[in-house]
Amino acid sequence: MRYSGLSVLKEGLFGNKGWKPVWREPEPKAEYDIIIIGGGGHGLATAYYLAKNHGLTNIAVLEKGYLGSGNVGRNTTIVRANYFLPGNSEFYSHSLKLWEGLERDLNYNVMHSQRGIINLFHSDGQRDAFARRGNAMVNQGDDAELLDREGVRRLVPYLDFEQTRFPIYGGLYHRRGGTARHDAVAWGFARGADQRGVDLIQNCEVTGIDIVDGRVTGVQTTRGAIRAKKVGIIAAGRSGQVAAMAGMRLPIESHILQAYVTEGLKPVIDHVVTYGMGHFYISQSDKGGLVFGGDLDFYASYAARGNLPMLEHVMEAGMTLMPMIGKAKILRTWGGIVDMTPDGSPIIDKTDVGGLYIDCGWNYGGFKATPASGWCMAHLIATGEPHEVARRFRLDRFRTGHLLDEEGTGSQHNLH
Amino acid sequence: MRLNCPLCGDRDLREFTYYGASVYADRPEGGWSEAWDDLLHLRDNPAGETNDLWYHELGCSAWIEVSRNTVTHAISDTRLLAERKPAAKGAKA
Ligand SMILES: Cc1cc2nc3c(=O)[nH]c(=O)nc-3n(C[C@H](O)[C@H](O)[C@H](O)COP(=O)(O)OP(=O)(O)OC[C@H]3O[C@@H](n4cnc5c(N)ncnc54)[C@H](O)[C@@H]3O)c2cc1C
Ligand SMILES: [Zn+2]
Repeated sequence: MRYSGLSVLKEGLFGNKGWKPVWREPEPKAEYDIIIIGGGGHGLATAYYLAKNHGLTNIAVLEKGYLGSGNVGRNTTIVRANYFLPGNSEFYSHSLKLWEGLERDLNYNVMHSQRGIINLFHSDGQRDAFARRGNAMVNQGDDAELLDREGVRRLVPYLDFEQTRFPIYGGLYHRRGGTARHDAVAWGFARGADQRGVDLIQNCEVTGIDIVDGRVTGVQTTRGAIRAKKVGIIAAGRSGQVAAMAGMRLPIESHILQAYVTEGLKPVIDHVVTYGMGHFYISQSDKGGLVFGGDLDFYASYAARGNLPMLEHVMEAGMTLMPMIGKAKILRTWGGIVDMTPDGSPIIDKTDVGGLYIDCGWNYGGFKATPASGWCMAHLIATGEPHEVARRFRLDRFRTGHLLDEEGTGSQHNLH
Repeated sequence: MRLNCPLCGDRDLREFTYYGASVYADRPEGGWSEAWDDLLHLRDNPAGETNDLWYHELGCSAWIEVSRNTVTHAISDTRLLAERKPAAKGAKA
């Protein structure tokens, strides 16, 4: 069923009784050409682009919970292309362009909203660093504007500019940055993949990876063994454990990242504002909730909830930056398990096992990458060659020293 | 979450800095080798029991090994790194 303004109107008039389930719930077949482990944003996008760009449809996505139960439904939805290093820059640029056509492509409203992102800076040195980053963005063909303090004030007058902790000097403004509805992204890719014949299998946990003579032959699951010629591991925070089933040890430590949302308020914050010095960023959802977050809890964790010290720290930073939000009531807090790499950049590569591919290491920034990660992983699985915008996301780059350390914080997983 | 420093007692988490699995303290001998890739980058990353390395930065500056569960956040034991369990030392568990 194609969605359109007319279909919404028609269903509205007739009691919304005509909507059909958005995807099938098939039983797993005994064999597929390709199995994707993980039904998060990246796994679903990979299946979608395998079908759409490469005409491959004998594919199953195996998800241990329900589709979108992982980080794709837990993130703070920021979409941007403001990277600096060659390797990252072209990849996120490609991703943002895909976002800009995604709703038409998927025939699905993912509520992509290019409301603009303002990264604040608070010293001369930080201004120089942001100017340099902005130039890299412009050189990549994306947009960036360096705002002085008055420029920032015109856009977001409600900030406390004179705060004693980190007085605001200005900001880097990325107009094409913004947000999207996270669940809708998972659902839109799921629907698109299903319509092209991909089997989406929920409540199906992969418990083993079968390897014969150095080649993958299938997987063991809680719903039985399934054979496959090629397998993609796209399991985000659980990547280390899934890769261990194939005897691999990854350059990944799983950490907890928290986020917070307030009760719904009238529109008050029109942009995404980031306050890196204070470890705080915020936007307002279309429902009116203020959605905000900060840094990792900093210790390895598989609990989808965090501890109070980071919560308190984030609240303090928020109050320093925008005292006006002090009376908003927190509705919910939660956490997600993020797959941190030693340089803060991701991995999209083949492994030493024939037919086994891996897409992981998204740290806390993989939501914006969803379309391009799917696009490039599909390219890799279909052709056996890395896509040109993802060719530096190599699994062996740590051993060979070809790091992509965007923040320059060194080989420690929790510092990126 | 609070951590029990063997020297200072039960202290707020915020006083400590985290350095990952305690095998991080076992630096390889000599110049570059695969062992350095292991130390700096690769992780067992277990979901469950782990021995971590923490530094009591805002306290007595002791290096502490913490037995902790990464799924429940329960802490079962702490000790000075210098008094590490032989089993944990160098083990990849
Ligand atoms: C609080 C928070 C805020 C964030 N904010 C942002 C942001 O603002 N912008 C941004 O770009 N990124 C953000 N991120 C990061 C982003 O959410 C992730 O990088 C991205 O969602 C990871 O890819 P995914 O969607 O495929 O992961 P997931 O949705 O986690 O998908 C992985 C899936 O694999 C499944 N799985 C795991 N093991 C198995 C198994 N053995 N068998 C079968 N299935 C398995 C899981 O159940 C899960 O559904 C944030 C993350 C968090 C936690
Ligand atoms: Zn101490």
